[in-house]
Amino acid sequence: MREHTVLRVVTKVLIAPIILFALYVQFHGDYSPGGGFQAGVVFAAAIILYALIFGLAEARRAVSPNLLRITGALGALIFAGTGVYAMLRGGNFLDYDYLAHDAVHGQHYGLLLVEFGVGLTVVSVITSIFYVFAGRGRRNDDEQPPGDAR
Amino acid sequence: MTTDIALNIVLLSFMAIVGLAIARLRNLFPVAMLTGLYSLLSASLFTLLDAVDVALTEAAVGAGVTTVLFLATFGLTRAREKPVPRSRTLIGLAVTALTGAVLVYASLDMPHFGAADTPVQEHPLRDRYLNQMSEEIDVPNAVTAVLGSYRGYDTLGEVVVVFTAGIGVLMLLGVAWHRPRKPGKREQ
Repeated sequence: MREHTVLRVVTKVLIAPIILFALYVQFHGDYSPGGGFQAGVVFAAAIILYALIFGLAEARRAVSPNLLRITGALGALIFAGTGVYAMLRGGNFLDYDYLAHDAVHGQHYGLLLVEFGVGLTVVSVITSIFYVFAGRGRRNDDEQPPGDAR
Repeated sequence: MTTDIALNIVLLSFMAIVGLAIARLRNLFPVAMLTGLYSLLSASLFTLLDAVDVALTEAAVGAGVTTVLFLATFGLTRAREKPVPRSRTLIGLAVTALTGAVLVYASLDMPHFGAADTPVQEHPLRDRYLNQMSEEIDVPNAVTAVLGSYRGYDTLGEVVVVFTAGIGVLMLLGVAWHRPRKPGKREQ
C-alpha cells in the first residue's frame, strides 16, 4: 500500500493522536470510561494501522516482536507483582490498601499499576498475534498479501 | 427517550440487515468488512446503553483488530466460500432456527429492559460498590474500581488468559522470531 499517498499521509497524521488517545484512556481510566484493556487494544490498533500502510517489516523495526514478548510477560508480572508487594507490606494478595500509608492512596497506586500491567500485556499480545498472522501470509506470493486487502 | 428508542430500532435493524448480507455473501472479503460494520453497530448500541467501556473495546477489537486478523487469514487460505449442497444448508437452517428459538424462549425469563427489581439492582453488593466505593477507593469511574480492586483476582485471571492466548498463538504459528529482519523466508 506504499503507493497510496493519501492513505500514507492520513495515517501519518492519525497515528500520533491514536496513541495519545490510548495513553489517555490508559492513565485516565480512573476518571473516565476505559482502562488498561481498552487502552491496550487502541494502542495495538495504532501499531497494526502502521503495519498495514507502511509494511510489516517497517512495523517490526519500530516495535520489535522480541520486545513485545518481554513486555507481554512483564505486564502480567506487574499485575501479580503488585499483589505480592501488597502481601510483603502486610496485607492480602492484591489488597491495595497496604501499598501506601493511606488506604485510599494505596488503592489509587494499585489501580494505576494494575491497569498499566493490563495495558502492557494486551498491547503486546494483540500486536504479536497480528505479526504472526500477517507474517505467515508473506509466503504465498501469488495470493494477495494481507496488507493490501481492502 | 423516544430518540433513544428510534436509534435502537435503526441500529438493530441495520444489524439484522448486515447479518443477512453476511449469510448471503460467498466472497469472504466483504464478509470480513461487514463483520467489522456489525461490531461498529453493536458498539454504537453499547454507547446508547451507557456501557462506554464495552463500546470502546468492541469498536477497537471487533471492528478493528478482528477485521484485520480476518483479512490476514484470507491471505493464508481461500477468500471464497465453497458452495455447500442444499441438504446441508437445510440442516444448518434447522439448527440455527432451533438455537434461535431456544434463545428467544430463554430471553422470556429475563427481566424486562430497564426493570428496577432485577438482581443487579437489588443485590446488596450493588450498594457496596456504588456507595461505599467513594470512601474505600475514591475514583470517579466505578467500573475501573470494581474491575481493578474489588474484582482484582478476576482481572488478574483475565490478563493471564490473554497472555496464555498470546503464548499459544506464538507457539503454534510464531516461527523464526529471532530472525525478525527476514520474515517468512525459512519457515518449515
